[in-house]
Amino acid sequence: MKNIVEFDLEDIKPERNAVFETQGIPENIIPPKSITNLLQKAISIFLDYAQPKAILNEVSIPEFETIYAGEGLNEMTTPLDSIYKRADKLALFAATIGEEISRKITELFDSNDFAVASMLDSVASASADKTADVLEKHYYKTLINKAMMNPSTGMLRYSPGYCGWHISGQKKLFAYLHPETIGIQLLPSYLMKPLKSVTGVIVVGDKKIHIFKDNFPFCEQCKTHSCRIRIRNLIGKKINFEKGRK
Amino acid sequence: MDILSSISQFLQQGNDKKVLSLTKEAVNNAIPPQKILDDGLIAGMNVVGQKYKAHDIFLPDVLLSAKAMYTGISILKPLFLKGKMQDRGKIVIGTVQGDLHDIGKNLVAIMLKGAGFEVIDLGNNVSPENFVERAKKENAPIIGLSTLLTTTMPVMKTVVDIVKNDGLNKQIKIIIGGAPVTDEFANSIGADAYCFDSISAVETVKKIMAKDGKM
Repeated sequence: MKNIVEFDLEDIKPERNAVFETQGIPENIIPPKSITNLLQKAISIFLDYAQPKAILNEVSIPEFETIYAGEGLNEMTTPLDSIYKRADKLALFAATIGEEISRKITELFDSNDFAVASMLDSVASASADKTADVLEKHYYKTLINKAMMNPSTGMLRYSPGYCGWHISGQKKLFAYLHPETIGIQLLPSYLMKPLKSVTGVIVVGDKKIHIFKDNFPFCEQCKTHSCRIRIRNLIGKKINFEKGRK
Repeated sequence: MDILSSISQFLQQGNDKKVLSLTKEAVNNAIPPQKILDDGLIAGMNVVGQKYKAHDIFLPDVLLSAKAMYTGISILKPLFLKGKMQDRGKIVIGTVQGDLHDIGKNLVAIMLKGAGFEVIDLGNNVSPENFVERAKKENAPIIGLSTLLTTTMPVMKTVVDIVKNDGLNKQIKIIIGGAPVTDEFANSIGADAYCFDSISAVETVKKIMAKDGKM
């Protein structure tokens, strides 16, 4: 299965809190009107310029093994090492909100509209993540329709550049998936153009396979530990991540 | 309230239109441009920086004030070109080679310019050699390095090493920042300072300049 997915802009419009978080505004704060006005303006520009698209391609475990090995630069052990081998399904994906948004952000900075530019950048980043979320849901629905999901099945996505998967893993991922089809280019630095793009693998399998403790050596450099929230949301119960931490 | 205090107040509120009209008025009243800059615009930005540090305001507020600051500077700049603007020092800044993320670097550049420094922004994907060559050419005492990626963090060390190997570490200080960067990392590579955000970058630059007798 290989398909290109188009999105309704309203579906990938980011949540207010997700945008404000990257602007350093805590969830429990009611921001002044000047800031909510900025958000509205940024969202309005976003709706004018975003061009969301995604590509999804299922791969077998042996195929992914080659892709994941990448350029041989992954950390010695990673969470994904054991997760993907126990998966029921694996799907490579790439999602983008397009290049026009990045151009608009630069244009706003150049015209000294710093606050709008910065807010739009946050909107665009949050939206790129949301596009990947919506893509996951799309894939979930596809599998439900094929009766391939059951109550114990869960899916999470993992990306090169995170959790021990070296960013150079983009090379093999691109060679296999061809995100160029939807306008995403891989640069020599392994960054993507448009910058507001997300790639990775969606792992489908028993929810338990996704549980891991964030005590890998590279976890010490991680500032977010967002894996905890992702796993908690998937499992739906509290897990003691502190236990076993180095 | 005198006109310079009003400029400062409206700048703190992010009211660029008022700052524009008041700066024009101050110029017409023959207030020296340097005084308008120091006691109106920069004074206002200093308060904004303090409020941000105290978490009384947020990044968007700071950026609205920065726009107001730039609006005021646009009126004063032509006057400085005729006369002589006080030299607060130059900073060469950029996102390191291999990284194209420049929002954080842009914010630092905006705040530094707002604080009256001359910023030579090399953009993104800047080679270590380019940073050092430009700092030498411009006689800039500070290089600011930014990155969002863990994979490009080692480039920061390369810049530090070039400066050291060239025997320039007394003249050129290196400050670093970006999402994955920490104080510990800065120490480990021999950088002179880690800046958590754009406001702390301004404070750090001021401290370095003051220490080196450049302010």
